[in-house]
Amino acid sequence: MFTRIERGSALPADGNVLDFEGSQISFRSGDSVAAALLAAGVSHLRESPVDESARAPYCMMGVCFECLVEIDGRQNQQSCLTRASPGMIIKRQHGARTLG
Amino acid sequence: MEAYDLIVVGGGLVGAALAWGAQTAGANVVLLDEGDQAHRAARGNFGLVWLQGKGVGTPPYMQWSLHAGRVWPAFAARLSNAVSFDIGWRQPGGLQFCFSEAELDKRRDVIARTRADGGDIDISILDRADLRALLPGIGDEVVGASFSPLDGHVNPLHLLRALQQGFQDAGGRYRPGFRVEHIVTERDGFKAVSRTGSVAGTRIALAAGLGAAKLASEVGLSMPVKPERGQIVVTERIKPFLPYATNCIRQSVEGTVLLGSSHEDRGFDDGTDVPTAAALCRTAARVFPALSEATVVRSWGSLRVMTPDGRPIYEESARFPGAFAVTCHSGVTLASVHALEIGPSLAKGRLPEHLSSFTSGRFDVHQD
Repeated sequence: MFTRIERGSALPADGNVLDFEGSQISFRSGDSVAAALLAAGVSHLRESPVDESARAPYCMMGVCFECLVEIDGRQNQQSCLTRASPGMIIKRQHGARTLG
Repeated sequence: MEAYDLIVVGGGLVGAALAWGAQTAGANVVLLDEGDQAHRAARGNFGLVWLQGKGVGTPPYMQWSLHAGRVWPAFAARLSNAVSFDIGWRQPGGLQFCFSEAELDKRRDVIARTRADGGDIDISILDRADLRALLPGIGDEVVGASFSPLDGHVNPLHLLRALQQGFQDAGGRYRPGFRVEHIVTERDGFKAVSRTGSVAGTRIALAAGLGAAKLASEVGLSMPVKPERGQIVVTERIKPFLPYATNCIRQSVEGTVLLGSSHEDRGFDDGTDVPTAAALCRTAARVFPALSEATVVRSWGSLRVMTPDGRPIYEESARFPGAFAVTCHSGVTLASVHALEIGPSLAKGRLPEHLSSFTSGRFDVHQD
């Protein structure tokens, strides 16, 4: 759905890879987690707590909370505000988070 | 110029409830609303319908509040049938948490005084074990709680929207952006004047919260209200873990958790500060330690509308009959009786007689 504007530059092969639901996702330094996932063709990041429908990042600036994911075991993280880093383990956020 | 049976000044929870009640009882009503830039208490409200301990020492206020709590289910049902969204009304009962035996003794005293005042409300004391059975996640610092099945909660924003929408669906005229600057008394009624126009009505009800004090004096009424700031913190959405209303933590139907609230004298400053928000978070984490890992997404300040004794004012002007003062700080709890009883009564041109002890004369200094 999304393509990068800078087509020319190749992805650096220096281990810029994160894990999303078991798949290896390459990204560029400076990408947010949401941008990395969208660029890799992943748009189903979570399911709504209200009607369980699939959701994708919407505002990309920290306002809408549509891009919530679990990052390294921490639930409800705003992927558009989190810089991607190598080795991150990302999972979909299924509904509302749990406590404890 | 437009002419109505009743002008309601103030489109917040109190005004919207009165207007809805009067319009659905058959009056032709206009609701004048300054708009969202006004100091609107409904916007910042915690959303409790809280009866345990309300009006202790003031039997008429206690009876009126308890009555409001008892008719809330019927009110919520009628309102919910008229709109397509969930106003978030739930009546699971309310818990007031205690961190010490001394605090528990104070709650026992509230129960005794409620009985002495003839309050017909079931309030019980839960010890640590009782409470743990209800709420496994409760913290060790909580020694007990008082519980009343009459307490409930609601989304105050959805309640306001439902009243405004229901009022208009019933044929009422809603005028947003209409800030009343003056009220002119005329031979056969009143005229509410804004910078851009005016509206005439046979009767007028002032329900403009903190904005009503100045207008009241123009029609021979006294509404000595002052602001009291309350701050509230809200978290991200969390899977339901708190199926009760409580005095300091409320989980909304949508899953967010509200932590409230402060009582501050800051004039008309409705801002926020970090120490207050931190104190609210600390209390919440003492009650539910797991909440300390929750993310706060927002906090806000809002101004309560306080009379000198904290009780409502319901009064008809002696000098200008047909002009009414209606104000209180419990706009959510009392919404049911404002809508179902005072509104229809105003449609007939009077206040319910049993509310005669709520006039502002009680603030005057009496000399024997």
